[in-house]
Amino acid sequence: MVAYVARRFLQALPVLFGVTFVVFLLLYVTPGDPVELYMGQAGTVSPEEIARIRQEFGLDRPFLEQYGRFLWGVVRGDLGRSIIHRRPVAELIAERIPATMELSLFAALIALLVAIPVGVIAAVRRYSLLDSVGTLLSLVGVSMPGFWLGLILIILFSVTLRVLPVAGRMTYGTGLDPRTGFLLLDAVLQGNGRAALDVLRHLAMPALAMSAGMMAMTMRITRSSLLETIRQDYVRTARAKGVPEPRVILRHALRNALLPVVTAVALNLGALLGGNMVVETVFAWPGLGQRVVDAVKTRDFPLVQGCVLVYALTYVVLNLVADLSYAFLNPRISHGKEG
Amino acid sequence: MGSRVWRAFRRNRLALVGGGLVLVLGLSALLAPWIAPHDPLRGRLPDRLRGPSTTAVSGKLYLFGTDNLGRDILSRVLHGGRVSISLGLLVVGVSIVVGVVLGLVSAYAGGWVDTVVQRVVDVLLAFPYLVLAIALMGLFGPGFLNLVVALAFKEWVMACRIVRSEALALKTAAFVEASRAAGAGPARILVRHLLLNVIPGAIVVATLRVGWVVLMEASLSFLGLGIQPPQPSWGVIIADGRDYLFRAPWISTLPGIAILLFVLGVNLLGEGLRDALDPRLAGERVGE
Repeated sequence: MVAYVARRFLQALPVLFGVTFVVFLLLYVTPGDPVELYMGQAGTVSPEEIARIRQEFGLDRPFLEQYGRFLWGVVRGDLGRSIIHRRPVAELIAERIPATMELSLFAALIALLVAIPVGVIAAVRRYSLLDSVGTLLSLVGVSMPGFWLGLILIILFSVTLRVLPVAGRMTYGTGLDPRTGFLLLDAVLQGNGRAALDVLRHLAMPALAMSAGMMAMTMRITRSSLLETIRQDYVRTARAKGVPEPRVILRHALRNALLPVVTAVALNLGALLGGNMVVETVFAWPGLGQRVVDAVKTRDFPLVQGCVLVYALTYVVLNLVADLSYAFLNPRISHGKEG
Repeated sequence: MGSRVWRAFRRNRLALVGGGLVLVLGLSALLAPWIAPHDPLRGRLPDRLRGPSTTAVSGKLYLFGTDNLGRDILSRVLHGGRVSISLGLLVVGVSIVVGVVLGLVSAYAGGWVDTVVQRVVDVLLAFPYLVLAIALMGLFGPGFLNLVVALAFKEWVMACRIVRSEALALKTAAFVEASRAAGAGPARILVRHLLLNVIPGAIVVATLRVGWVVLMEASLSFLGLGIQPPQPSWGVIIADGRDYLFRAPWISTLPGIAILLFVLGVNLLGEGLRDALDPRLAGERVGE
């Protein structure tokens, strides 16, 4: 097992290198002189000054050396400085991560809480009304832009019913002290019930809009995986032994059927992170997605570069987790040399 | 083969519904210049923010209502479909050609060629689709062709992986070995045996991916990084209505329904084609 984990880590290394290289290229091939980007208005700085800055930032060095410097910076957590904010990129990213993580995790939670039970019922009561409705909804879920669903939710719950707030993470004046940045956690830790409810009301619509795709996918995978497991010999044996049906499904079949679901969820979490930037924009959610969209619009390339790198690294790590979790959970996967 | 596939496809009612949706939306986009009741770009300010199926002061009928500039939403959705669908087809078309060629070469050549291509594939897969596309649009600047490049940049990877794994299996198949023993050269094996046999799989992947690309175009255009207004695309029209959700919710709602129906149609059609053409692919994930 240890060998398997080590090998999987080694396999991820070239990908990580490739990712940093592509991200480095992104800034390297940016049209225009990076120094001029840093200095703002071109023409106000003398050529000698520009040459001095180029030297200071190492921009006069050969390509590979610049890449080496960039890589060394990444290892130390130094992602450069933002042109617009005039602050370290790493700082600008770090302060946005809690908001994005809170939203993503909440969306994933909603998706799983709905998708797994519905998937199970759809498989057990195959061809029933609920199965058909579930299948139809999951088809619609993957065919719909999440941000558009967000707008529809706003029309429904904010414009028509007037029950949920349109934007932001919380209302000011609830007395919440955002210490960890995870507002729901902060509210709970501080025993502030009013703030917790307020945070939940803000989370509801963006999380629901984000969860639709994952919900649909998880529902389909749960259903098909359980249908396949139910046909296995050991399930038939359990039934023949007289094990009650709910127990057969929940204890014997579902445990194994959830294997591909775990993998799919970990992979989907990556897709969720990548796709949430549009939903964040719709709900003015101060997360990483909105930061990268703003950075692209203001041509703040060091910030774009840093955000893209963080997204890609997260994605690689989630892929690794998906693979490893599958290996850990599935006793049939061999961890020997051939595994 | 053709009649067997058609019989299998025809039995699948959902696939027929999907095909119907694609046909109707595709045709209405294609014929937009002739069937759109109004000019999609010219608005009449006295007719602004009219609700669906209302007759305006000017006596004109607006079936889907108008936007804040008095432009007809129906005409904009029809013309927007032209842009969104053609972009989807173009991106997938380019990506399938690149993906099939690289997938075949990668599988057939093996060795370092395969290693290099597959490492590039791995690296591109490590980037979330939209994040990469947004960063590239930031570099390139807006525009239809830039959008095609930004989306195709990663899109070809999907076809490449599936074609490669199919070609690897075919490469060692008995009929290919026999052909090689009979003296067939690499070109003949690549084209006659490998290419022709991976085409059904490629058609299935292409169909399923068109929907995904249409969704990505909508996201990018909604963010203001894709198709630029006043030119309509489905994503652009949704963005137009964003500031009018309270007064005119129909502006954003209707193009979204068009996207939903089109992508749903493409997905149903693609799954039907998969089951009919290439049952081995069933269960293969063609998502991101």
